[in-house]
Amino acid sequence: MNAQARREREVRAVLEAAQGALPPEIHAEAVRRGGRILRRRRVLRRLTWLALCLAMTVFFVWALLARPWVEPPSGTTPPLTGW
Amino acid sequence: MRERRAFQDARRAREFEAFVAGAAGRLLHAATLLTTEPADDNPRARKLLTSALAQTYASWDRLRGEDPYDRARKELALRFARAAWHQHRGYGGVLRHLGPQERLILVLRLYEGVGEEQVAALLGLPMERVHAIHARAMALVLHPPRGPAPAAPLGDAGALEEVPS
Repeated sequence: MNAQARREREVRAVLEAAQGALPPEIHAEAVRRGGRILRRRRVLRRLTWLALCLAMTVFFVWALLARPWVEPPSGTTPPLTGW
Repeated sequence: MRERRAFQDARRAREFEAFVAGAAGRLLHAATLLTTEPADDNPRARKLLTSALAQTYASWDRLRGEDPYDRARKELALRFARAAWHQHRGYGGVLRHLGPQERLILVLRLYEGVGEEQVAALLGLPMERVHAIHARAMALVLHPPRGPAPAAPLGDAGALEEVPS
């Protein structure tokens, strides 16, 4: 276990060595692209809502016109009994 | 509504700038280790970090208490894992002898200090496999093979496996 810890320390030292500086344009570019992702997401959400509202409106107009809950008039004559 | 968004935008910009100032240097070094580029010439690592940071910026308002550094690191690791199959090896750097998956696990475990279990969950690999790859990667760093780095064919044991999303 001790040898393992020593090995890990050695590898960690190798990994930590030679760190470069952070170029400033990375922040600006990340904000620009992140903002674009946000705007695109916002537009998509709006379009989805719009489509949903439209579908509901169409459904209600159709329902009011077609009245699918009303029983259609019977096409056949009921059997004549009891006279 | 508009005012609230402006306020939110301003807050996000402020917090994100502070975050980048504090954390991006370390993440860039991690990315540079992954791409095996030299520290002063690392266009691939910068590209990788920029996309990870852009995604972090976009999800900033919905972090809900999650550490942004964790989110950015996860984004970076998964992006690298997805793209690793066309990453070449042997740019230089201390990890040039390692395959993409070995580099990823070594950097997450030792440089970032992520636990074995979390690494396994993140990459969708069994824990024993993460353990084995980590051990192999450590051995390769401590005792690098002589001669030029071998050019492993794609899809070989050194290449990264599919990561289920």
